[in-house]
Amino acid sequence: MRLEPVADPGLGRSLGYPAAALGATVAFAMALALVAGADPFAVLGLMVKGAAGSKFALLETLNRATPLIFTGLAVAVAFRAKLWNIGAEAQLYAGAIVTVLLGTGALGLPWPLLLPVSALFAAVAGALVLLGPATLKLRFGVDEVVTTLLFNFIMLLFVSYLLEGPMKDPAGMGWPKSEKLIAEARLPRIMEGLRLHWGFLLALIAALGVWVVQTRTTLGYEMRAVGLNPEAARFAGLPVGRILIKTALLSGGLAALAGWSEVAGLKGSLTLDLSPGFGYAGIIVAMLALLNPLGVVVSALFVAGVFVGADSMSRAIGVPTYIADALTAAALLFMVLALLLARVRVRRG
Amino acid sequence: MEIFDILLSATFWAAAIRIASPLIFATVGELICERAGVLNLGIEGIMIAGAFTGWFAVYSGLPLPAGVLMALLVGMAFGALHGTLTVPFGLSQHVVGLGVTLLATSMTYFTYRLALPEVTSPPRIEAFAEWPVPVLSDLPLVGPALFAQTPLTYLAFATVAAVAFVLYRTPMGLALRAVGENPAAVEAQGLSVTALRMGAVMAGSGLMAVGGAFLTMSAFNSFFFEMVNGRGWICIALVVFGAWKPWKSLLGAVLFAAFDALQIRLQQMPIGAVVPYQVFLMMPFALSILALILMSRRAEVPAALMVPYNKGER
Amino acid sequence: MGMEAQARVVLRLSGITKRFGPLVANDAITFDLHEGEVIALLGENGAGKTTLMNILFGHYSADEGAVELFGAPLPPGNPRAALAAGVGMVHQHFTLADNLTVMENITLGTEPLWRLGRGRAAARGRVEDLSRDFGLAVHPDARVGSLTVGERQRVEILKALYRDARILILDEPTAVLTPQEADDLFATLGKAVARGMSVIFISHKLHEVMAISSRVLVLRHGRLVGEVRTAETDRHQLATMMVGAEVAELEVRPHAPGPVLMGLRGVSTPARGNATGLRGVTLELRAGQITGLAGVSGNGQATLAALVGGLEMPETGEMDLAGAPVEGWSPRLAVDAGVARIPEDRHKTGTIADFTLTENAILESYGDARFSRRGWMDWRAAEGFAQDIIATYDVRCPGPATRIRLLSGGNMQKLILGRVLERGPKIILANQPVRGLDIGAVTYVHQRLLRARDEGAAVLLISEDLDEVMALSDVIHVISEGRLSPAFARGDMTPAGLGVWMAGHGFEEAGHAA
Repeated sequence: MRLEPVADPGLGRSLGYPAAALGATVAFAMALALVAGADPFAVLGLMVKGAAGSKFALLETLNRATPLIFTGLAVAVAFRAKLWNIGAEAQLYAGAIVTVLLGTGALGLPWPLLLPVSALFAAVAGALVLLGPATLKLRFGVDEVVTTLLFNFIMLLFVSYLLEGPMKDPAGMGWPKSEKLIAEARLPRIMEGLRLHWGFLLALIAALGVWVVQTRTTLGYEMRAVGLNPEAARFAGLPVGRILIKTALLSGGLAALAGWSEVAGLKGSLTLDLSPGFGYAGIIVAMLALLNPLGVVVSALFVAGVFVGADSMSRAIGVPTYIADALTAAALLFMVLALLLARVRVRRG
Repeated sequence: MEIFDILLSATFWAAAIRIASPLIFATVGELICERAGVLNLGIEGIMIAGAFTGWFAVYSGLPLPAGVLMALLVGMAFGALHGTLTVPFGLSQHVVGLGVTLLATSMTYFTYRLALPEVTSPPRIEAFAEWPVPVLSDLPLVGPALFAQTPLTYLAFATVAAVAFVLYRTPMGLALRAVGENPAAVEAQGLSVTALRMGAVMAGSGLMAVGGAFLTMSAFNSFFFEMVNGRGWICIALVVFGAWKPWKSLLGAVLFAAFDALQIRLQQMPIGAVVPYQVFLMMPFALSILALILMSRRAEVPAALMVPYNKGER
Repeated sequence: MGMEAQARVVLRLSGITKRFGPLVANDAITFDLHEGEVIALLGENGAGKTTLMNILFGHYSADEGAVELFGAPLPPGNPRAALAAGVGMVHQHFTLADNLTVMENITLGTEPLWRLGRGRAAARGRVEDLSRDFGLAVHPDARVGSLTVGERQRVEILKALYRDARILILDEPTAVLTPQEADDLFATLGKAVARGMSVIFISHKLHEVMAISSRVLVLRHGRLVGEVRTAETDRHQLATMMVGAEVAELEVRPHAPGPVLMGLRGVSTPARGNATGLRGVTLELRAGQITGLAGVSGNGQATLAALVGGLEMPETGEMDLAGAPVEGWSPRLAVDAGVARIPEDRHKTGTIADFTLTENAILESYGDARFSRRGWMDWRAAEGFAQDIIATYDVRCPGPATRIRLLSGGNMQKLILGRVLERGPKIILANQPVRGLDIGAVTYVHQRLLRARDEGAAVLLISEDLDEVMALSDVIHVISEGRLSPAFARGDMTPAGLGVWMAGHGFEEAGHAA
């Protein structure tokens, strides 16, 4: 078998195959439901209802999407430059740590000032966490996939140390948990009575910002050039190393904002289960969005909806919630295959 | 000094070899994939799937060897998925590998919850017992370390020997080494690049799953979430450390396991009271990164690693 | 040979058609090959020669038509069948694994895969016999990665002989050889043909075709447009058939050289991986002069190009620009110093395939004030610039928003030419500027280089094609193992004379490369 590029895929191919991937994902979900001994249509129905069937459900989905937009953007920015940042999880926690450090009274700033300052320092912390693997890649040629993955484990142990040691909440009854943020450090809700915080709107603004950077600025042009063909970029005189470092800083910063918004907007304190894999899910979000920053918003809503819907469905009829993880992972694989098939024709010989 | 006492104790080395065993399986599995030109980031998830499969098979009443076989088959199935997407379709090995890890992990957890809905502490199984080799196990130091282990540990060492033999002494190994260097050379000699790479990814993934099964069938005797805990990623570093050579990789795994066994013991010593235990637990991961830095420029990477091959594109 | 009429037909292609999307690479091609015959398959780049041979060898399967080998139909789409039927192929890009030895490369795939152990002793004896009988000297235990290009080709031929090939296909085999090595190759082929081997020789070099073949088949745009006995034709007729029109000879008027714009004195660089380093290279690039660099590929051309292009610094020795010593040096500084760089591989280093023409056009100049201000791109200005290049350099394309991967090699090269020449360069590095282009594009590129010379640029022309170097250059250096020969003025040297230097002789006597 041989793959032959299609010169002009046309609208049919470029929409048809991704649509088929989505269909395959739904079929996969139904198959899992059948395996679990449940009515597939009931499972799907309950998931949709649980994700978007009520105002409460919808707001829950938007809340869940917020960190996913940030980590999705982090991954999209990095992957666009072929910097394989699989460490959004670690960067998220770095952001969360800084948010707690600054937000529990250490920094005595009045209300409107403390938040931007803590966001800034959180982003810097995340950027620095990714700077390590990026430097190792440039200096020693060490594959950043493995180092960022390993850093995730180191960071989680570090958080565990902090929560059992210096950052432990004295009033936490022995649980590994940080102190609560002071009110000035909390992200307010968008509207009184709505369970949705400002983090969501900031995530949307971040997506727009990344899109502007990628399409309108020289840095965006440079990042795309380095991602598509680093050899040609270096030959043409682009400062490839510096561009990759800038990419790493941007990506790590975005991932850290996920931790910042979760702590400041939702949880109010740091625990070891702050992120149920938002960093890894960010890879799925970014790939489903074809690395397009605006698409990240849509795919983050989709992935968040699947998770929120699965939680609610599981409570109702007992199919394990891991169905959500399984079918988002399957969606990722279906989608990369679909994107290829949209661009090539499969021929024998 | 106490450290010397530890390093000279047979129980320490027995523990090191035990800790090394799952890493040996998975490292050699990854090595086979990479020698054929495919980076398999599915390793972490495949190990989790293997750990569950072996344990669950035995829990359901199958004999122990059948459990290992089941794990092998499940690993090969995920290998077939990875291989299909990365070899004939030539998709990004990074993305597909992570996708396979996420899929294998979530499918495992899903199945576990389905099979044992209400269980809080997972049931234990009757795992592999030690098989002391007569005479040899009575040797000082090496006896207990090498010859009083479970059959799966012996299998791990035998696997390395077998893989090294195939790789360097048979036509199949020649073809595998060639396909990771220049697939066009293999095709021009009438061999199928697709078949060789698919076979390598499936075989390698099978070994990864057996490595995972070691954890439930020869170490912890039970299955719990996150038990693989980054071992797969460490094995990828070990392949680099071992310069893509089977015996060197085995050596790396044992050295690494010795450090791991040492940090466990250090935690119980006076120093363990001063230094937080998380620092000790970080050591394996930090060590892996260090190994990557030290070896990255020296080793000879298979030239076609991560380069998909599309017939007629040259 | 002249006895094809009586000789047995060993290969018959009938009505072979192959399409790639809308492109018809081979259009109903039919011909026979006889035992002990050498036919030349002649055609421009892109005429479909390699595709046809890839079908014959089984890399591709034909959409229509059939291949018959020794009277039996060849099952399509698998080299295994072709190899078993006695077809051997020496690919243009060698198909060797660098990490394996010569023996391992030769025996790869010749034994059942699941045999325990490999039969080494017998195989080794056979390889030694073959290499002696056919004059193919190469050490069986050498790692292929350490071999020269000429030695690698010998391994490729040994691979075919080891499998008892009865038909040998050679795809542009002399492109990488010195004239002497090419003669050796022809001697080897002569021995093989004397034992009944049939040969298909793919080339676009007319003098070789005339020298070695008994029959010539000419392909043009995928069609078989001519079939002549070599004895009954001449170079002019073949050239006309190949191009489909009368070929205009390139007119090179002499031009007085100006001052030295770039000078290298005793420059050495370390070897890096497969790239040969430079050893005491002294070179002057003068305004209004084309300096040609001849040599077998892999002898340091890549490093010299990297040096001039800003990717490499001298380890020892001096480098200066119009007399001013070069302190820092990088691709960026080279561009800013007025070096136009036409890279060897336009797909890998010259362009970014998934970028549009506009994005590719500004690759070296996106940071200029005309295209960006304070980090913001001015896409309208960039597109205008691309439009100008498209118009001035006759780039055939749907528009500046087209992805460059969809362009032909010639049009891609024209965009690169426009990108670098538009900056009014003082020095032009042209590394294999016409490789893989059809004759129209070749002429265009050559004329542009000549015009730039006439306007006062110093041109360094690097090419493996000796004919090209001799046709265009005002002075010629030969490079061998990182050493540079003295300069030879235009017309002072014959191909054979340069060939001696290309083979690495003469350097010690000249004392030029200390």
